[in-house]
Amino acid sequence: MSISMQLPDYLVERDPNRCIKCKVCVNQCANEVHSWDEDIDSVIAAEEKCVNCHRCVTYCPTRALKIRRNPTEYKENSYWNARTIRGIDRQAEGGGVLLTGMGTDRPIPIYWDRLFLNASQVTNPSIDPLREPMEIKTYLGSKPDNVIIKDGKLIKELPPQLVLDAPIMFGALSFGAISLSAVKSLAKAATDCGIMWNTGEGGLHRDAYEYSKNCIVQVASGRFGVDAEYLNAGAAIEIKIGQGAKPGIGGHLPGEKVGEEVSRTRMIPIGSDAISPAPHHDIYSIEDLRQLIYALKEATRYTKPVSVKVSAVHNVAAIASGIVRAGADIVAIDGVRGGTGAAPLRTRDSVGIPAELALASVDSRLRQEGIRNQASLVIAGGIRNSSDVVKAIALGADACYIGTAALITMGCRMCQTCYTGKCNWGICTQDPKLVKRLNPEIGAQRLANLIHAWSHEIKELLGGMGINALESLRGNRLMLRGVGLSETEYRILGILPAGE
Amino acid sequence: MKRVYAREEVCAGCKLCEVYCATAHSEYPNSILKAFLKQETRPIARILVEVDQPLSFALQCRHCEEANCTQACITGAMTKNPETGIVTNDESRCVGCWTCVLVCPYGAIKRDETGHKVASKCDLCSNNDTNPICVEKCPNNALIFAEISRGGE
Amino acid sequence: MKYLVIGNSAAGIGTIEGIRQVDPEGSIMLISDEPYHTYSRPLISYYLAGKVKPEKMYYREPDFYEKLNVNLRLGVKVEEIHPDEKTVSLSTGEIVKYETLMLATGGKPIIPEMPGLQFKGVFSFLKWDDVKDIEANINKYNKIVIIGAGLIGLKAAEAMVGLEVKVTVVELANRVLSAILDEEAAEIVQRTLEDKGVEFSLNNTVKEIQGSGDKVSGVLLQDNTELECDAVIIAIGVSPNKDLATEAGLAVNRGIVVDDYLRTNYPDIYAAGDVSEGYDILYKQRRVLPILPNAYRQGYTAGHNMAGQEERYHGGFGMNAISFFGLPMITAGIIKPDSSEFTEMIERDSTKRNYRKIVLRDNKLVGFIALNEVDRAGILTGLMEKEIDINTFKDKLLYKDFGYAHLPKEYRQEQLLGVIKL
Ligand SMILES: Cc1cc2nc3c(=O)[nH]c(=O)nc-3n(C[C@H](O)[C@H](O)[C@H](O)COP(=O)(O)OP(=O)(O)OC[C@H]3O[C@@H](n4cnc5c(N)ncnc54)[C@H](O)[C@@H]3O)c2cc1C
Ligand code: SF4
Repeated sequence: MSISMQLPDYLVERDPNRCIKCKVCVNQCANEVHSWDEDIDSVIAAEEKCVNCHRCVTYCPTRALKIRRNPTEYKENSYWNARTIRGIDRQAEGGGVLLTGMGTDRPIPIYWDRLFLNASQVTNPSIDPLREPMEIKTYLGSKPDNVIIKDGKLIKELPPQLVLDAPIMFGALSFGAISLSAVKSLAKAATDCGIMWNTGEGGLHRDAYEYSKNCIVQVASGRFGVDAEYLNAGAAIEIKIGQGAKPGIGGHLPGEKVGEEVSRTRMIPIGSDAISPAPHHDIYSIEDLRQLIYALKEATRYTKPVSVKVSAVHNVAAIASGIVRAGADIVAIDGVRGGTGAAPLRTRDSVGIPAELALASVDSRLRQEGIRNQASLVIAGGIRNSSDVVKAIALGADACYIGTAALITMGCRMCQTCYTGKCNWGICTQDPKLVKRLNPEIGAQRLANLIHAWSHEIKELLGGMGINALESLRGNRLMLRGVGLSETEYRILGILPAGE
Repeated sequence: MKRVYAREEVCAGCKLCEVYCATAHSEYPNSILKAFLKQETRPIARILVEVDQPLSFALQCRHCEEANCTQACITGAMTKNPETGIVTNDESRCVGCWTCVLVCPYGAIKRDETGHKVASKCDLCSNNDTNPICVEKCPNNALIFAEISRGGE
Repeated sequence: MKYLVIGNSAAGIGTIEGIRQVDPEGSIMLISDEPYHTYSRPLISYYLAGKVKPEKMYYREPDFYEKLNVNLRLGVKVEEIHPDEKTVSLSTGEIVKYETLMLATGGKPIIPEMPGLQFKGVFSFLKWDDVKDIEANINKYNKIVIIGAGLIGLKAAEAMVGLEVKVTVVELANRVLSAILDEEAAEIVQRTLEDKGVEFSLNNTVKEIQGSGDKVSGVLLQDNTELECDAVIIAIGVSPNKDLATEAGLAVNRGIVVDDYLRTNYPDIYAAGDVSEGYDILYKQRRVLPILPNAYRQGYTAGHNMAGQEERYHGGFGMNAISFFGLPMITAGIIKPDSSEFTEMIERDSTKRNYRKIVLRDNKLVGFIALNEVDRAGILTGLMEKEIDINTFKDKLLYKDFGYAHLPKEYRQEQLLGVIKL
């Protein structure tokens, strides 16, 4: 065996003046970084295994631990940088596709941060949300071209709508990729907050049926866990065509993660790899998609909106138009920063386009075609905070999916090793000893706190703009100005530079 | 009476309850660092986390209604307070014969041999309104302090 | 008197506490020929060694009798019981009437017939007064012979070593603590005591105590060796103090015979503790179990019954927790089975003086020895007491960290969630 060229990514620093040898770090690290050495009566660290997940740092009762980036420098090279070299090393020693988890960490331009919101001054006074009612309730679904009101009553019935108390939903995180504890946390929080959670392609676990009124059930190319009961249990159905983190690739769940519960829920044998085909084998055209959409509507007697989720790719605007014309009630677009439980690194980092640009171009296109009202637009892939949400709404979204932000809320430290199944926070794992680390009550409470906090902030920002209903902001790009963008980017985003 | 109950389905097996219990019953109840690094002998926790992965849960004295330990105690040091129901060991009278260890069906009594040998056990450090320290500090709400009536109560 | 209790030790105190739990009012008289506030008998060796001060000898708080409203008669002996008249006569000449009577008269030392018992310096080791007698002339003793290597004999030996007296223990059996240890464990314990200077003469006994003047000067052993010494402690066992009962016509066997409610053959006379023959759930027969937990538990249960709250005594079994020179051991039940219906499992670490043995019968735990590593042994005792089927976790019984995590889920949750009466 030859020597490994890979250096530990992190160094574990243990302050001997603070370490009380309680071994909490030892028992908490699923990567087996920390271990107790009887002979020297100390805890030692196998740093090469450290993924910087902060479990030990957070649990150490005396704050004796610090995780630092390994300061060892590679010879300076602005092109062949450390990251590139490490990638090559990993493949030289392992010989496989590089796998990773979570959304891309590459320095892709963050358009959200180049966008600035307006605020009212003098002539159109701002509104204080603490004193005035502020409406952020959101209805997702196809809206009719017109409404007929007679004697104060709505004549034409609306197509089925999803009702959200805030324009935020938990994105598709499948049971299998995430633990049942995480599923329960999301499901309970969504129910408590009056928003939606999404099963992802993992089916609906028995224990989650009680939260199905607030659930979007997904139908992906593998059709895992799909049956009539499942389709009818949810508040809406989502056809998953693509995912921002890995456009063009189906979901992969390794057999080790398919234990009894996952197997039952996904309706596949224990231990079998759950590999969703890259395409839906029955969809090769918009017409095929239309057939599936209507098959699902038929199966649920037209009581539930049907959403179609696609990755943000080059001609996303045309694709979205096709989806709307195929009869979808909701179009969900997942940008390049979208998260994942496992994806090939190269795909994650370089396939797809940023959500902001995709959103703006889809909204513009649907408006141009006069079909914007036929479907709601949901944007996903890197929504970090309430101002991202507000900017997304102004760019044309009806609501946002949050995935990564929700995971962080439950404790995820973005160590990007979800694919190993050893998530120390009990989120992205099926190992029962890890799963129980996430207490769904705590998870749900934290998520609910987040949603409430964001809702407050959204109202605050709206009030500042002198707007008292979120509806008035939808696609209202005049409320946005940009800084430091190119002519083309201003054009695509449909906004003016700051100062104009 | 209110007792501490473990919820094994969310116990992370971290054993922080042991750390905080040991500290709270040390010479430096307010400082983990001092309790472990300054006190001459290592502080002893009165709670014990049992681990047989994936199972783990914390266990401490159940403060039995008819406590074997108080009945078997050869010196009379182990008593159950008739008002609070708390079973405590009067360490000044305990001689460390370990008869309580012999009869406690929960294995809830530890041997403290750091000084004068004494049986060391949960004293339910609470005035009934506040949570005992283990409950208070459990990072995952895997311990609850509650009145659950079942069986013999 | 509504309740009359004879004996002021574990069983007597258990009785009073049991009565008072049910009947806060009924008059109680407690009679004991020992002149002391209730004290812990097992502490007498600690007292002798100077490890426990006189004020810490007491088994209950100073205001115990007052609080429980007990009419206390110390230093008074009950001479006779008249079951038909429901009276007892006392050494003071008084006659006391009772409605229910508890005989908690405990045990008395077994003193074998042999020449020389009359010499000064021959002691038994059962009562506080016994050790006070030894203490009175402790400076005069340089060498002592202890007859019997049982719990009491060895506890006495440990105390004497602490007082810098040279000790030889003479024991008829082939090993020390033969009632509670097997050969292997006994050997470890013996070595520990020998390391502290105790000498042993096993498979041997004292034939005669020799004296010069009125004092002990040595002993003659069965193998005809002579040992010089200036004191002898006889600790070959206790026998039930049942004479009162026998004379009164109560049914007695080795001890006073009691039913499942601790009643003798007279419905208003109860017996508990070292004097009675309670049910041994392992041997499945009535036996005298002269240990304190048993005495208290029997007394306590009898107390409930005497006060009218019927409660069965489910029986007990032999169990002991004891240590010598910092070497602790916990043993219970059948530890040296002699037939093929038993299986044994053993784990040892001789470098650390650790020894653990498990004895099984019909998939139930019926005995164990834990030497040195004694932590959480009570879980095993509990499994014995509740006669739990151990088949599913048999292989784990010897785990170092054996505990509830290894027990079946239903049992664990039942035990840990509810507080179940034992
Ligand atoms: C040195 C020593 C160490 C021991 N160590 C342990 C140990 O570690 N663990 C353990 O479990 N057990 C131990 N034992 C045994 C334990 O002490 C007994 O099992 C327990 O004391 C029995 O209690 P009892 O109430 O049945 O009887 P006793 O304690 O024998 O008390 C009976 C009382 O009744 C009095 N009495 C008797 N007849 C009359 C009468 N006619 N009138 C008035 N009073 C009367 C006696 O004087 C005595 O005070 C030890 C015993 C000794 C001596
Ligand atoms: S120490 Fe054991 S026997 Fe005593 S009260 Fe607590 S759990 Fe019950």
